[in-house]
Amino acid sequence: MGSEREVARRVALSRRAFLHAATGATGGAALFSFAPYSRAAALPRNRKVVVVTFGGGARDEETFMPEGQENIPNLLKQLIPQSTIFTQVVNRGILGHYVATASLATGVYETFNNFAAVAPENPTVFEYFRRDLKRPANDAWVVAPSNGFNRIGESEHRGWGPGFGAGVILPKRLLGTALSAAGEAQYEHLLRDNYETPLYTPQVAGSEVELHQMAELLKISVSDFSEHGRNLASPDELSVFIARQLMRQLSPSLLWITLHDIDIAHSGTYSLYIEAIQRSDRLCAEIWKTIQSEPEYAGKTTLFILPDFGRDSDTDPGGNGFQHHRTGDPLSRTTWMMALGPGIRENAVVDRAAESTDLVPTIGSLLGFSPSMAQGRPLPEVL
Amino acid sequence: MLPSELKTERFSGYPPQARRIATSRIALFQSLPLAFLPLLLRELIAYDWKFPAERRELDNQLAYLGGLTPDQLAAVMAPFAKLQLSQGLEQVDWVNTPGLFSEQLTAHLWATHQIDSFRTAAVEYVHKVNAASSPPELPVARLSMVMVGAGVDRNAYPLFRKLRGQGVYFTNVNPANGRNVLLNLAVARAAAHPEPFAHWYIDGERTEPSGTPLTCLSYGALETVRDALVKKMRAVAQPGGGGPEVLRTMLAQMRPEDLGMDGSGEAAVLNRFQVSILTEGSGTQLFSTTFVQWSAREALRRAQPLTLLARFAPRQREQSMKDLLAGIARTPAPDPEGSLVDADMGAYYTWINQQRLAGAEHSVFLAWFENHNEALAISPALPRGKTDGTAIDLRGLVQKLGAA
Repeated sequence: MGSEREVARRVALSRRAFLHAATGATGGAALFSFAPYSRAAALPRNRKVVVVTFGGGARDEETFMPEGQENIPNLLKQLIPQSTIFTQVVNRGILGHYVATASLATGVYETFNNFAAVAPENPTVFEYFRRDLKRPANDAWVVAPSNGFNRIGESEHRGWGPGFGAGVILPKRLLGTALSAAGEAQYEHLLRDNYETPLYTPQVAGSEVELHQMAELLKISVSDFSEHGRNLASPDELSVFIARQLMRQLSPSLLWITLHDIDIAHSGTYSLYIEAIQRSDRLCAEIWKTIQSEPEYAGKTTLFILPDFGRDSDTDPGGNGFQHHRTGDPLSRTTWMMALGPGIRENAVVDRAAESTDLVPTIGSLLGFSPSMAQGRPLPEVL
Repeated sequence: MLPSELKTERFSGYPPQARRIATSRIALFQSLPLAFLPLLLRELIAYDWKFPAERRELDNQLAYLGGLTPDQLAAVMAPFAKLQLSQGLEQVDWVNTPGLFSEQLTAHLWATHQIDSFRTAAVEYVHKVNAASSPPELPVARLSMVMVGAGVDRNAYPLFRKLRGQGVYFTNVNPANGRNVLLNLAVARAAAHPEPFAHWYIDGERTEPSGTPLTCLSYGALETVRDALVKKMRAVAQPGGGGPEVLRTMLAQMRPEDLGMDGSGEAAVLNRFQVSILTEGSGTQLFSTTFVQWSAREALRRAQPLTLLARFAPRQREQSMKDLLAGIARTPAPDPEGSLVDADMGAYYTWINQQRLAGAEHSVFLAWFENHNEALAISPALPRGKTDGTAIDLRGLVQKLGAA
């Protein structure tokens, strides 16, 4: 384990070096000269949090390292200069996208079957948020591309009971429904949403929003939604479109967006994996731009961006490089996270090890609720 | 059942050679832990269809384990014996379905946070086995050749970036007759060193050289097999079809005859290999570039050939959501430019996989942008990290490699 920690530390230091070269980002040590409580007092009321996760991590070779930086111009030139970035975020859980995203959302390493449409076992960030702060149902939403994510909004934990979860929108599924209703059947591949198992489309039995409910909530007609879907290149673009509509119509205080295009890497096609990274980079910038331009969000929103985990290294004989995340090697477990918004130090790098499960306690500290069952700890560098 | 309760009659369903080995090693098997033995049996049960190099490695592994004293064996197995397994795993018929056990063991190790301990134990074990056996003596240095970029007229993508530091990047290659030069070289090596499954040709299109001593497979030649497999996969993926767990089990149990393939002897071995490429490789059923990369990786890992010639061809274009919704092109158009990027990475991975084999310090490697002027050559006879703009043809490149 010692050597694996050393690898993770070296990964973090490499990211710092490449970030410094690309953006001139500063060291994290200076962060501790801040007085967090006085800063917190100056923060705006009615804070909001938007979380963007990548289902299907992107490796440093294709992002932060010199030859990969061409793929993330928006992250490097626009977002990182405004961010505090954690270069060593370790995921010690199961490296499957649904179970890992559920772990991010609960702050506990969940252990259920990644390919089953089941609810997380532990309370989600949405339930803590809504119950502790007595927030209405429309104040917490999840937008996810994959049918398998339909249960992520609310846990099955007995101590919490039903009714405190987030609304879940699965835009691809809605689009499929809309087109099916219109008699169009050319969407089979659109519903392919889990590249880890080819041709897998799980049966949905959850509480996600239905088509006409979505149309009513977002003030968009089914036909307009279908028409818009026709003009988008990928499912993630559709997810961001829906997220924008949510922000404009409902302005949730806690919005969770899971991007998934990068996971095309499982098909083994390197060029498509690169294109998806470039698209995700662009979409992250668009989300931040929307946050800054929407009156309900501008100046009071913290944005977190993080992959759920990494991908296998080229040199691990148990894997096949970028294609999968099966080895559990340090590179596949070690990823990064950036935070930006009011009160967050800009252009700062934090090298110390953090864990994926630290996200929920950090959001809890920001918004003022207590994620009592989460295993992680709040990250003081962004509080 | 635990390994200590194992009896020879439990192997009655094994193929002849695997059964003979299993019954002769029953005492050893009875002393191995449950977290290890089924994984060994997963290899053994396929012994009759394994390549010579794989059989040699499995024989070496059994000889190593059989040569240990009881105390030594217990020490080597200790990291596996320490793993906490469930009673459910003991109930699996791991003698006859070791692949199924392996799947369930993997899920259990991930869920109980023991996967890192298992990974460490496995890596240490492989090191010990390798240290105990001497590598095979090769009659000639290994050679891998990769052709990339078929169908591309103009290219702005910087090729061979990840490989340039390992050898010489040639920028003024005369492409005339290049494909034949490389193919003839592979054939000549096969004729000079005639061993089963030692010389391979893998193609992303249908083209295959006929009447050569090469072991050949291609994406196009497997079209009917791929179609049959995808139909079966779709049926399972449909609502009520069983879902991903059933799909994985179905793929793991797929046999050549289930997909309309037949043959005996070496043909049966190759059929099994091809089925494994399509059932174990993600994306190999749909993208020819993935098929070539994964086939080259598996051929190197399993058959450990002396010669490998892999040719990437244009894969189908991934349809955008816009195209899908517009109902465009049920038969997608090819994507030569994207395929070149895939193949460039595939060439790098092929070199990495060759370097994992015995004799890596002497092995040679060539990647060529088909019908164009760029090539990358790696050989003990060549410097590293150099660019060479002098005019040269493929025959000249081969001579520089020292691979003839």
